[in-house]
Parts: sequence; structure tokens; C-alpha cells
Amino acid sequence: MFSEQFIEVSLKLLEGFGVTLKIFALTLAFSLPLGLVISFGSMSRFRPIKWLIKIFVWIIRGTPLMLQLIVIFYGPGLVGTWASKMIATGVYSGSLIQWLATWRVFDRFIAVLVAFVINYSCYFSEIYRGGIESISKGQYEAGQVLGLKKTQVFFKIVLLQVVKRIVPPMSNEIITLVKDTSLARTIMVYEIIWAAQKFAKSDGLMWPLFYTGAFYLLFSGVLTVLFGYIEKKMSYFRS
Amino acid sequence: MPILEAKNIVKNFGKTQVLKGIDFSMEKGEVVAVIGSSGSGKTTLLRCLNFLEDADKGQIFVEGKCIYDTEAEKKLTAAQIRENQLLFGLVFQSFNLFPQYSAFENVTLAPKMLAKERADFKHNKKQIYAEIEENARGLLSRVGLSDRMDNYPCQLSGGQQQRVSIARALALNPKVLFFDEPTSALDPELTGEILKVIRDLASKDVTMVIVTHEIEFARNVADRIIFMADGVVLEDGTPEEVLDNPKNAKTRAFLQKLSEN
Repeated sequence: MFSEQFIEVSLKLLEGFGVTLKIFALTLAFSLPLGLVISFGSMSRFRPIKWLIKIFVWIIRGTPLMLQLIVIFYGPGLVGTWASKMIATGVYSGSLIQWLATWRVFDRFIAVLVAFVINYSCYFSEIYRGGIESISKGQYEAGQVLGLKKTQVFFKIVLLQVVKRIVPPMSNEIITLVKDTSLARTIMVYEIIWAAQKFAKSDGLMWPLFYTGAFYLLFSGVLTVLFGYIEKKMSYFRS
Repeated sequence: MPILEAKNIVKNFGKTQVLKGIDFSMEKGEVVAVIGSSGSGKTTLLRCLNFLEDADKGQIFVEGKCIYDTEAEKKLTAAQIRENQLLFGLVFQSFNLFPQYSAFENVTLAPKMLAKERADFKHNKKQIYAEIEENARGLLSRVGLSDRMDNYPCQLSGGQQQRVSIARALALNPKVLFFDEPTSALDPELTGEILKVIRDLASKDVTMVIVTHEIEFARNVADRIIFMADGVVLEDGTPEEVLDNPKNAKTRAFLQKLSEN
């Protein structure tokens, strides 16, 4: 009896965990490169860009991810409703308002991705920036006097040293992402926690919720081993 | 014709004038030592000549050809600055080896990157690389590191690292090799090996400018010594002229202080 139930719960949780992994993987795939772009922006010598990026990063890092999820999911729909009302009451009728009136709520999963990608890009960008700025000026100058181009200096000399330095903070952040995926539940995206809660609600079972912890632990354990391996791979040099 | 000539080099950092119009010239094969207390502008002069700093005023000629002129109408492009930088080599006080590359790779990296710009690279890639690697091996054994080629910088002593960086600079065949206090970051017992390498280069007629605090070494190895103070050249002559019969009171005071230590 219990074993049947255990299998049923496991399968349902696995289904939810699939969504969790999907959020995790897609967020990383987009935010790792986007973070680099943002970090270059925050180091830009063109002041307006630099400050715009800094303010943006401040807002994203300074507000809860849960709130960002809610704003991104409900925001466009609210704007659309407001714009339609404006048109109906005849207050405004410009083409901008016409366009705003077409805004609808995002698809749930897309909303989750947008929010997570923006949020994690900002965190990653600060880690990248710290790593890039920690490389001594002498490395750039040595490359320069050897006649290397700026891009060659970055890709051939600086990048690997940056990677080595940012692996520990990045692994921290990435493991946080594993657990942050559970926030998707806020806008009713079916992931593992929700899958487990269903059992609590319909069958009064609490243990499936506890059981989700095993999934998270297993996955973050795999990541820990992976990052440990990467760190070890790069331990042949000191910078 | 001088291999390198600098005219009226002026450099300001904010309101401080670090170089107040330096004139400097040297012949091929000459070894010039630059001495002076810290803050005298020696390192800044070196950095201006290597285009790591933009001089505010002045001209630089290499073999009679003007390669840098602050009065010129057009600013130098990044590509031109790069070309200029390739004329010279620079050995840093803090080595600045690339930590993720072995000693051998440190020496071959830049020549290999540059080789990619050669027209015949695609056809002769193997041969070009073989030549670069052969040359690197030769240079590393010349600085006494034939048995440490595959070591990473963190596995080498400071003196060994500095010798790798000398080989790295030589690999591009610079017309003039500059040293910025090459022994200042080293333990006293390690300076000897660097000075030996530099002496060996001097005997092979490598044109060098050495900023140094090692006065006795400067006397031994240099054909000419320049003494700088407060952004100007106060003495310029043979080691005997500058060290034994300095004209300027500041030079005397500087040498006096050094001999007391």
C-alpha cells in the first residue's frame, strides 16, 4: 500500500522536478551570457550607460524575486486593462494607448523565465565585474607591450583567470538558483513544491513535501561535485 | 643615427608634472642605465616610451623615423600604437607572467598570435609554429631555464619568473629592450641571476635601457648612465662621469645616500 503510494508520489514529484530543472537550465542558458553584457555595461566608460545599468541592477537586487515575478506576470495585463478603459472612456486614444491596450498577461512559464533571467543576470553581472576588476593592470599591460590586441588580451589572458576566480561565488549563486525555482509556484507554475502540496491538500499527506528536499539535495549535491571538479581542474595555476 | 630618440617628453598626472621635457637618445647596441630616487620620473619615462602612458608633449623617433608626435594632426590609431609597441620590449618589475600558461607558453603566446596576421600563415602554419617554438626553447635555455620550460609561474621562484619574462620580451625581437627595476621585487639572493642574464645580453649587443637601483651593476653593465630627479635629466654620461664625478649636487646627494645604506 505505502510502496504504491510512494511510487505514485515519486512520479508526480519527478514530473514537477522536470519543470524545476527546465526553469533552472533555461535561466542559466540566458543569464550567464546576459550577465556578461550587463557587467560590461556597468564598467562602461560612457557614464549614462554605466549609471543606467547600476540603477537597474540596484532595483533588481534590491527587491524580492517573488515581487519581480508578480510584477512581470500581472503587470502587462494590468496595463492592457487600464489602457482599454482609457480608450472606452475616451480620455486618450493615441496610437501608443492603442498599442498598450493590446497588452495581455504573459504565459506563466515565460513570465517565470523573464523574471529569473533578469534577476540572475544582474547577480551574475556583479560577480563577473568583481572578477574582471580583480585582474591586475599588469596582465593587460604585459599583453599590450607584447603587441596583443585588446580582444586577444581579454580572451587569451584575462578570461581564464577571471573564470578561476569566479567559480566559487558562481557556484554559490547557481545553487541558490536551484532552490529559487520554487518561487515559480507564486504565479502557479507547476513545479516540484506545488506537486507535493497537492498531496497535502487532497490526501492530507505531509511527507511528499519533505520528500522534495531529497530532490533538491541530490541535485545541489551533483552541482557541488561538478564545481569542485572545475575548481580542481583549474588549480594548476595561481593568479 | 640613433636607434631611439625622444624629444622634449612632458607628462602630467593631474596637476603634477612628472616629466618636464626629457631629451633622450641612444645608439644601437648601447646599454643605458637610468638611476634616480623614486618619484623622479624614471618609470614614467619608460612607460611613455612604451606607450603605456600617453605623453602630453614630445616626439619619439626610431631609427630616424618619427613614430610618435603630440603635435601631429592625427592621433595614432590603436593599430599604430600596437605597431609601435612591437618595436620595443618591456620587462616589468613584477614580472607579469601569464599564470595559466607554462614558461614555454608564456614565451610563445605573443609570437603565435602575431604569426596569425602573416600572409603565409595558412600555408606554413606548422613551420611557422615550429620556428617560434624552436626560438622559445633557445631563449629559455639562454636565460638558464631549459629544465623549467613546462613549469607554471607559480612553480617558479621570483628570479626564474623574471628570467621567463626576459625571454618572453626577447621572443619578439625588440629593437630596444626596456627593464623597469627588474630586481626590485626579488629577494637579494635572487638579483644576481637576473643581473647575470642582463650582462650576458649586453655582451651580445642587445640594445637596452635599464631603470635600476643597483648602482654597482649599472656601473658594470651600462655604457651610459642617466640620472633623473624631479622629472628632468640631471646627468648623462659614462658611468665614471656620472658616478665618480657628478656635476650636480643632487646627484652627489643621491649617491651619498645610497652608499650610506
